[in-house]
Amino acid sequence: MNPAGHQFWTLTHGKRLLCFTALMGFLAVCGPSSADPADATKIVVKDFMFAPTPLTIKAGSTVTWTNMDDEPHTAVSDTGLFKSGGMDTNDSFSFKFDKPGTYHYTCSIHPRMVGTIIVQ
Amino acid sequence: MSDELRLSRRNALKCMAFGGAGTLFALSGGVLVPFDLSMAAGDTKGAAKLGKPLFVQISDTHIGFNKDANPDVNATLTQTIDLVNGMAEQPALIIHTGDITHLSKPAEFDLAQQLFSRLRSSEMHTVPGEHDTTDATVTEYFNRFGKASGNKGYYSFDHAGVHFVALINVLQFKPGGLGTLGAEQLAWVEADLKGRSSSTPIVVFAHMPLWTIYEPWGWGTGDADQLMTQLRRFGSVTVLNGHIHQIVQKVEGNMTFHTARATSYPQPAAGVGSGPGPLKVPSDQLASMLGITSVSVVKHPSSLALTDTALA
Repeated sequence: MNPAGHQFWTLTHGKRLLCFTALMGFLAVCGPSSADPADATKIVVKDFMFAPTPLTIKAGSTVTWTNMDDEPHTAVSDTGLFKSGGMDTNDSFSFKFDKPGTYHYTCSIHPRMVGTIIVQ
Repeated sequence: MSDELRLSRRNALKCMAFGGAGTLFALSGGVLVPFDLSMAAGDTKGAAKLGKPLFVQISDTHIGFNKDANPDVNATLTQTIDLVNGMAEQPALIIHTGDITHLSKPAEFDLAQQLFSRLRSSEMHTVPGEHDTTDATVTEYFNRFGKASGNKGYYSFDHAGVHFVALINVLQFKPGGLGTLGAEQLAWVEADLKGRSSSTPIVVFAHMPLWTIYEPWGWGTGDADQLMTQLRRFGSVTVLNGHIHQIVQKVEGNMTFHTARATSYPQPAAGVGSGPGPLKVPSDQLASMLGITSVSVVKHPSSLALTDTALA
């Protein structure tokens, strides 16, 4: 993550819009040469596992799960914060994490499949 | 012999054409005894003294599934229904032990109900599988099948002197763990069984196995022991499940545990491969790995007998 992005996520709510505009401008210039932030927020569901886990992200990031198995899977927060529907092969589910914290989730079809997202 | 399951030779051949599709249960001295339905249908060795067919168990129809392991689950369910409809004496009840649909989609439930409507036995009892409860509001299953339980998922009823208990163990899953019945449901079971004679044959059915078959894959129910404690005093207890898409059975005292084949697709044996996903087998073997379980009442001695029959 670039420094501008890091600083952006630590700012107060009221300043976010302004900084978001600034960040977009930064990404427009530097985007192709910097690490793609989207890569860090993708979770692949394959072979009855979530990967990567734990996944560490910045507050405000959107995480996308994509199921690569022939068997459907879900991603359901242990606290009820989010719940995907059944994701068939190649289906995705996204959720935006606004607040820092540690979030555990499970596949409700295969409860042995567990994952953790750490939001900073 | 009037209570025997009477299937004609023609029907027997039809069963074999489908490839061996089900389990027939008969009550025998309070113990469910399994018979292979195609063998029972043949009845050449007197193996089919099964009494009146009590019910047929259908499981894991997974309507909506369309992967290589079975691109046409509608067709295999239809074959299964034809097999049941072809029984000379119709079972009084059909029990579906869950995973009616693959993805809990309204269209999948609607299609399943449309297919089920062809069954000659019109009384169907269901419990949901975890594939039936993945919609955001967990309402698609209950809107269609929730009436019997007041949308709780668990209920009981009596038929032909047998007490049936339908349980739900796919909602309160524990991360990393097994299915769960939960304290509220267990308390309900205790109240439901209280005062019933120990000689009453009991049939308990749920989607996930009510005994631990393979914990790493979640093939079991974490608090099933509390249920078994309540059931132990009964002289004949039959515990039926689906979920694992293959037959596994054990007998413990007066309790017979049986998980049924799916009508949709097979799954690997416990621990084989990365997980309990669809198992691709050569297409000429598929039908032999799908099927139903049926249960009959045998009056002399009075008991339940189980028969598994595959589609081919």
